[in-house]
Amino acid sequence: MAFASKRSPALEEALGPGSPIVVFDKVSLAFDDKVILREVSFTLITGRTKLILGASGAGKSTILKLILGLLKPDAGVIWVNGERVDLMSELEMMKVRADLGMVFQEGALFDSLTVAENVGYKLYEETSMAAHLVRARVEEVLGFIGLAEYIDRMPSELSGGQRRRVAIARAMAAKPRILLYDEPTTGLDPITATTVDEEIIKLRDLENVSSIVVTHQLRDAFYVATHEAVRRDDGLMRIQPADTEKSEEAEFIMLKDGGIAFEGHAAELRASRDPYLQTFLS
Amino acid sequence: MLSLFEDWLKSALQEIQEYVRLQVATVRGAVTRPFYFHDVVEQFEQIGIGSLTVVLLTGFFTGAVLALQTGITLDQFGARPFVGRLISASMIKELGPVLTGLMLAGRVGSGIAAELGSMVVTDQINALRALGTDPVRKLVVPRVLAGFFMAPVLTVVANTVGIIGGWLIAVFQLRVASSLYWSSVIEGLYLQDAWMGLVKPFFLGFAIVTIGCHVGLRTRGGTQGVGRATTNAVVASSVAVIAVDFFVTRLLITLLY
Repeated sequence: MAFASKRSPALEEALGPGSPIVVFDKVSLAFDDKVILREVSFTLITGRTKLILGASGAGKSTILKLILGLLKPDAGVIWVNGERVDLMSELEMMKVRADLGMVFQEGALFDSLTVAENVGYKLYEETSMAAHLVRARVEEVLGFIGLAEYIDRMPSELSGGQRRRVAIARAMAAKPRILLYDEPTTGLDPITATTVDEEIIKLRDLENVSSIVVTHQLRDAFYVATHEAVRRDDGLMRIQPADTEKSEEAEFIMLKDGGIAFEGHAAELRASRDPYLQTFLS
Repeated sequence: MLSLFEDWLKSALQEIQEYVRLQVATVRGAVTRPFYFHDVVEQFEQIGIGSLTVVLLTGFFTGAVLALQTGITLDQFGARPFVGRLISASMIKELGPVLTGLMLAGRVGSGIAAELGSMVVTDQINALRALGTDPVRKLVVPRVLAGFFMAPVLTVVANTVGIIGGWLIAVFQLRVASSLYWSSVIEGLYLQDAWMGLVKPFFLGFAIVTIGCHVGLRTRGGTQGVGRATTNAVVASSVAVIAVDFFVTRLLITLLY
């Protein structure tokens, strides 16, 4: 599926549907005296979504940076896409990152490049793909997120929501198996936030991308967990409420004081009587 | 008090360690793949051509003022015709490289620190890494190559216009014959001087750009941090120009003379 990396048949089978694609095993990290993560363990299953909630500074974004290898844990083991990444060098991590996409807070678009150059960056710079094929892929991806007419604009000419969607397009352009979203809807109005949520759902259900969404926007987290994208017989795509079985595939993690305070699906989170969760949900 | 000193020493050593690591990574990035050729060409244009105006103006006026000042002093010894010799020796051996270095520190060092610093605080550097690009290869190597190779070229330009500026003052103000000025310029120059003037800018260009990149990539604390990084880059690279100039001059005197 991915442009950049090929897995061996054995690994392909081992990491097939229903198997773990990201594993955290007792991961701990501290900056000086401040503990950020304390023995955090969880598993993301291929093709599913993990929604990480928590107050600001709870270590949510740190988890994504650890998966990408932008930070290294003090203790514990991290597996991503069949590779143990916690001990990898920066050079080795480049191969793992070929199969990862990340949507940063505020988008982190390259402000000196056009939307097309941003979206096609990885394909232009890090693959030997011909320029006209990259352009075609960029047009396809921008069409997917509904921003095709903005292809030659500069990021400064886009609204906050558009920038966030271009960031999603950039992350998905090289067809990664895993997408990481860092506060993708923070600071957006509810309508724009819903369009971003729908992109996350579409990528998960139509492109089979495994995803981890870090957010403190409960409304968006529940929306992503309880909706699904389906392609109708006429070829058109539709977002609709998911059935119970599908909703249970999206798992929530609530971080508190560096540890996991809750892990479970949407219905379990709503039913929880834990005082902290109650405060957070209210 | 002791713990404050320890903290300062620790952070200073860490800074040096990171700077050396960046230099090693840059050299490795310059000789191994992937190599971002397009970015290298772009930086040669930005650092080389972009700095031309400031270097031309600085060189010209330095040569001119040098002629004015030395003309008065030389008059006391009846040595006005030797003004060309003084200008060529001063410009080529010392003023050309150092002033070009200081101009580059102000224009290029600050620009690099501000650009890379903004990229750090807006997560663009992390985005580059997440997209599988090594920021050192993509951003630092092209800038360092451009600084390393363009500083000597700009120095030669500064020397040339400086000597021309001196010639204008010598001929029109000091009333020295043009032919006398030029013969004096050539007489005052030795091959060792030319070597010294040409070798030093390589070191200065490397120092200015690596300091700018190092300070920029270690920016912390939002837009205020970018401002701090820019100031630090100019201060550190300006001091480095003077200090590196001294040490390289000392070394070259031992080797050449």
